[in-house]
Amino acid sequence: MTVATAVATQPLLDAVDITAGYGGVDILRGVSIRVQPGEMVAIIGPNGAGKSTLMKALFGLLPVRTGRVLLAGEEITHESPDRLVRRGMCYVPQTDNVFPSLTIRENLEIGGFARDGGRGERMEQVFSLFPVLAERPNERAGRLSGGQRQLLAIARALMLDPQLLLLDEPSASLSPKMVDMVFEKVVEINATGTAILMVEQNARQALSLSHRGYVLAGGENRLEGDARQLLESDEVRRLYLGE
Amino acid sequence: MSTGTVSPRVETAPTRLGRLGDAAGSVVLFGAIGLFVIWSALTHPSQFVAGLVVGSVLALGALGLTLIYGVLKFAHFAHGDSMMLAAYLAFFALSGNLVGTRGTDVRLPWSFADLPGATERIWRFSFGYGLLLSIVVAAALSAVILILVDRWVYRPLRQRRAGLAIFAIVSLGVAIAMRSLVLMIWGPTPRFYVSGIRPTLQIPGGPRIPTDQLFIVAAAIVLAAVVYFLLYRTTTGRAMRAMADNPDLARVSGIDTEAVVRTTWLVSGGLIAVAGVLLALQSQLKPELGFILLLPVFAAAILGGIGSPHGALVGGLVVGVVQEVAVAVGPLSPGYKFSIAFVILILVILARPRGLFGA
Repeated sequence: MTVATAVATQPLLDAVDITAGYGGVDILRGVSIRVQPGEMVAIIGPNGAGKSTLMKALFGLLPVRTGRVLLAGEEITHESPDRLVRRGMCYVPQTDNVFPSLTIRENLEIGGFARDGGRGERMEQVFSLFPVLAERPNERAGRLSGGQRQLLAIARALMLDPQLLLLDEPSASLSPKMVDMVFEKVVEINATGTAILMVEQNARQALSLSHRGYVLAGGENRLEGDARQLLESDEVRRLYLGE
Repeated sequence: MSTGTVSPRVETAPTRLGRLGDAAGSVVLFGAIGLFVIWSALTHPSQFVAGLVVGSVLALGALGLTLIYGVLKFAHFAHGDSMMLAAYLAFFALSGNLVGTRGTDVRLPWSFADLPGATERIWRFSFGYGLLLSIVVAAALSAVILILVDRWVYRPLRQRRAGLAIFAIVSLGVAIAMRSLVLMIWGPTPRFYVSGIRPTLQIPGGPRIPTDQLFIVAAAIVLAAVVYFLLYRTTTGRAMRAMADNPDLARVSGIDTEAVVRTTWLVSGGLIAVAGVLLALQSQLKPELGFILLLPVFAAAILGGIGSPHGALVGGLVVGVVQEVAVAVGPLSPGYKFSIAFVILILVILARPRGLFGA
């Protein structure tokens, strides 16, 4: 009984006291983030808060200087990205997140590169989640609109059926209509059981869809808690929602 | 964040003019090249055919070069000398010949030519199955050599994120090392895979050509088809193209990028070896071969658009035909053949730097 409870409450991702940065400068100065299985978590904060840097550090694209990262209880602090995707953690970068000269289908095949089998089946599932991509699988990704490109980028990361999906500003440089469409898909993906950790500029919308949220500022945790409470907190409204 | 928000796509007159100039330049340049190729096919069939033969070898070389450029993002100046080295390796496998002291050849007690019937001519070609075996051995050896050179020379530079100029100079150093090695082992005198008179063949309604040239073109076509199949129909090929497109995203997608790099050298090594042997088969084998080849191979890859496999094939054929025909019709002596490739290179870079199929 106690063991079962312990397993159930073990966080999927547990990043403790992370410092990381470029050159001699620490951008992150002791950030801690936790994601429970199946949870959707938003990270918001002003420009330069270290949100994207945190994503890169979690995904092994930037060395973690101190602190540790656990995925389902196992240490992944210094794992390389190609090992992390095999452990069920996938990442969608903010920009340049598709292969422009490859077709939609080929982009997904590359997304499933680390799979041992069942690539075809998984592609069918992903296509059924993104009918707009299934309409023209042989179109080159470079010819897609910004919104469709973003959907393809997310679809590519889903090919490995990850437990945890890291999204770096999925709504960046999209039209408001496209932003809604992308967020709608993110919620749909989360409903299938995939935990989501996303960084967003669009704080209000991100928090209104998430379970929990973190506010970063100056490379440190500023606030954290239930997303709804954060939305209503005076400090968040004043600082990040411009009210 | 981006300058686009400050000045939203206002086309200024100079950029419009520049684009117009670019388009006009491309039309004129490629129109002229196309017309020249068609005209030479009609009026100078024998030079045209000779150009296609040389061009198919250049196309294989350019294909390898363009793959390396695409995946590794550097200009591989050791490409020509790798082709030359591979051709010598095939010569060694076939004949067992090394140069001993004072220029006298030392022959190893074993070689493919010693196998029973290995030098008996296949069909009307000048060579037997011994040469075919030697090509396979040369391809395997040059792939291994290139992978090792990458591991010991280029990979440390990659890890240090060295710039383009460093890679260019270092690969030039590799080229010089390869040529010196060949000079040390096989000496400066020209070598031949086969001796004696070369059989020829009458093309119906066309010129009479050495039969071996038919083999050269056929081998080039088969190999290009194999590479196309690999690139566009296999997972490995898709991974190579993905890495050429966006190396960071390839890594994030779970592709082992160092494995893709090794595959690229493996494929290019095979292409390099076959191209080198085919070229030496149609002329002769000498240590300067690599340096002579480097320019037309680069011209072919850049004409087609560096990084583009289609471009490399078309570029190779065009450069081959233009250089063969130009020295036959004009007042130029054949010695200027390779300056033609240089002229093409300069014109393409001026008129349309991204080439025919470049992105």
